[in-house]
Amino acid sequence: MQTSVSIKDLSLAFGSVRVIEQLNLEIGQGEFLVLLGPSGCGKSTLLNCIAGLLDVSDGQIFISGKNVTWEEPKDRGIGMVFQSYALYPQMTVEKNLSFGLRVAGFKKEEIAERVARASEILQIGPLLQRKPANLSGGQRQRVAIGRALVRDVDVFLFDEPLSNLDAKLRSELRVEIKRLHQRLKNTMIYVTHDQIEAMTLADRIAIMRDGVIQQLADPHTIYNKPVNLFVAGFIGSPSMNFIHGDLEGGAEPTFVSNGVRVPMKGYAFDNGVPPSGTTKGVLGIRPEHVAIHDDAARMPFTFDGEIDIVEPMGSDTVAWIKLAGQSFTFRCESEVVLQVGQRIRLGFDPARGSLFSADTGDRL
Amino acid sequence: MTTDNYAIAGTPTAKAALKSDAETQGPRGPKPKRLSPGRIGVYAFLVIAALFFLVPLYVMIVTSLKDMPEVREGHIFNLPLRPTIDPWISAWTSACTGRNCTGLSPGFLNSVKITIPSVIISIIVASINGYALSFWRYRGAEFFFNLLVFGAFVPYQVVIYPLIIGMRYMHLFATLPGIIIVHTIFGMPILTLLFRNFYAGLPIEIFKASRIDGAGFWQTYFRVMLPMSVPITVVAVILQVTGIWNDFLFGLVFAGPTNIPMTLQLNNIVNTTTGTVAYDVNMAATILTAAVPLVIYFVSGKWFVRGIAAGAVKG
Repeated sequence: MQTSVSIKDLSLAFGSVRVIEQLNLEIGQGEFLVLLGPSGCGKSTLLNCIAGLLDVSDGQIFISGKNVTWEEPKDRGIGMVFQSYALYPQMTVEKNLSFGLRVAGFKKEEIAERVARASEILQIGPLLQRKPANLSGGQRQRVAIGRALVRDVDVFLFDEPLSNLDAKLRSELRVEIKRLHQRLKNTMIYVTHDQIEAMTLADRIAIMRDGVIQQLADPHTIYNKPVNLFVAGFIGSPSMNFIHGDLEGGAEPTFVSNGVRVPMKGYAFDNGVPPSGTTKGVLGIRPEHVAIHDDAARMPFTFDGEIDIVEPMGSDTVAWIKLAGQSFTFRCESEVVLQVGQRIRLGFDPARGSLFSADTGDRL
Repeated sequence: MTTDNYAIAGTPTAKAALKSDAETQGPRGPKPKRLSPGRIGVYAFLVIAALFFLVPLYVMIVTSLKDMPEVREGHIFNLPLRPTIDPWISAWTSACTGRNCTGLSPGFLNSVKITIPSVIISIIVASINGYALSFWRYRGAEFFFNLLVFGAFVPYQVVIYPLIIGMRYMHLFATLPGIIIVHTIFGMPILTLLFRNFYAGLPIEIFKASRIDGAGFWQTYFRVMLPMSVPITVVAVILQVTGIWNDFLFGLVFAGPTNIPMTLQLNNIVNTTTGTVAYDVNMAATILTAAVPLVIYFVSGKWFVRGIAAGAVKG
């Protein structure tokens, strides 16, 4: 795959505060990359660096093979969509769309043609003569996307574009952005703290923390094989169960916690073989990978427990139980009747779980 | 939920009793608005205070509509028996300052000549200042801004003499450009503060979007920021027009004899006494001088509030 955006050894510091450290990232042509992380992890800062709105302290940025590290934002071949829409309030939708083109001195016919195309793609034709104040949140964000569209650029940058919208609109526009990407096949870099957006939109997700990319992989890998405790805990809702204990290596690796022995048969260790001897470890099991009642019996590992709390979510139910004296959640269909105090048999396949080192937090 | 609670609380009979109690005795619908004695006291105080502060204005107006014999009778609260607008005409065209009997009109013209350029120049400079200070965070911007704000606390009197020397050196002392420059300088701290805070309240993303759209410093300013600054500009105009129109000190020191503003001329008229004090003319002249800021206030009062409100609400 041809490289579209390439970031080499990028560092950024505000005074003594280091926001991004020696970051390297290659984004392929037409790829949809999501930068995901909690607030303050540097994901928006990284996007601003790519856009040229922030000067970098060190490193290089290449877009479409050109070194743009010192280029002005307008010369980088990017379009950007902001969380707060950032439409020019005194201009009509049409003027908002064409502002960049008018500044660049395009011909009238060319401008009209591009605006027409963008408004056709985004279905904002009837809104062209309105001012942003008379648009709904979803319409505003569509216009903001249109403003990036008319510039006819290689790379689209999205800075939490859906975070200001309500849940229903968010899921609608999410699908629209995905459709847009499939139609335009541009490179898109999308910043969000919403894991659903990340999982649904991304070709690849870069999970960031404290200015460092923790894991860069496709959503499936991120979900099933998180590289460390941070990624494992960040992705998934309700989040992954972590059982602290010891991993006994050897021919039959077993995870032991408070006398509970979980055989790790079939678990794919990161470097092929289980570590020798005993290591302090954390076993991660996703709540949705836990089976109950009869299904549990078919699982390689089963245990019994008493239900502490039941949380009905509508589509499914999450319940809390104890395993080896530690809090453990599981998820089941909403038809299953669960009551507090009820004893229940649960089972899971340890091979689908994740093992982490208790010291480093890295995947074993 | 409620029924559950009642079921736990007691028998069905108890539940029914509870319900009817709540229906007959509990408050229902909008809370009635009653005028309490405290409220009445507050309103009474406010009305009296308003009347008290309006008394001087009332006296000024009725006196200015009387002729001198009636003024001399000393019934200052009485309405004029023989209403006349002669004092107004005299104040405007023929009241004397020393040997010049030209009335206030030349002073009015001078004030207009001083106020309009001063207001325009100071607002343009201050809005560019505010724009640059809030969006283009150049090195030393913070220091520069602090310096400007500090300027707002420097007493005028301290800098007047050095300013006179400087102006004289540049041959601007006692000229129209000189007084305009002085007003522009002294309006700068507060106006810059006003504009900077307004721009700081705008979402930074609009500025970023404009940069991505390829607009530079001036294009972003003129095409994006300036059209958004109408409310704050109205506030600034009101502030500057009233301030400069009411100025006495700078007019006295820097305007020079040919450009004396209306306030100065009013003072000269009131203080020129030949024989009797023409109270009626003095009152009319004072009202005429105060009219411009008053009119601006009444006309733009709604805008004034709207400007402040728009500054407070983002976007």
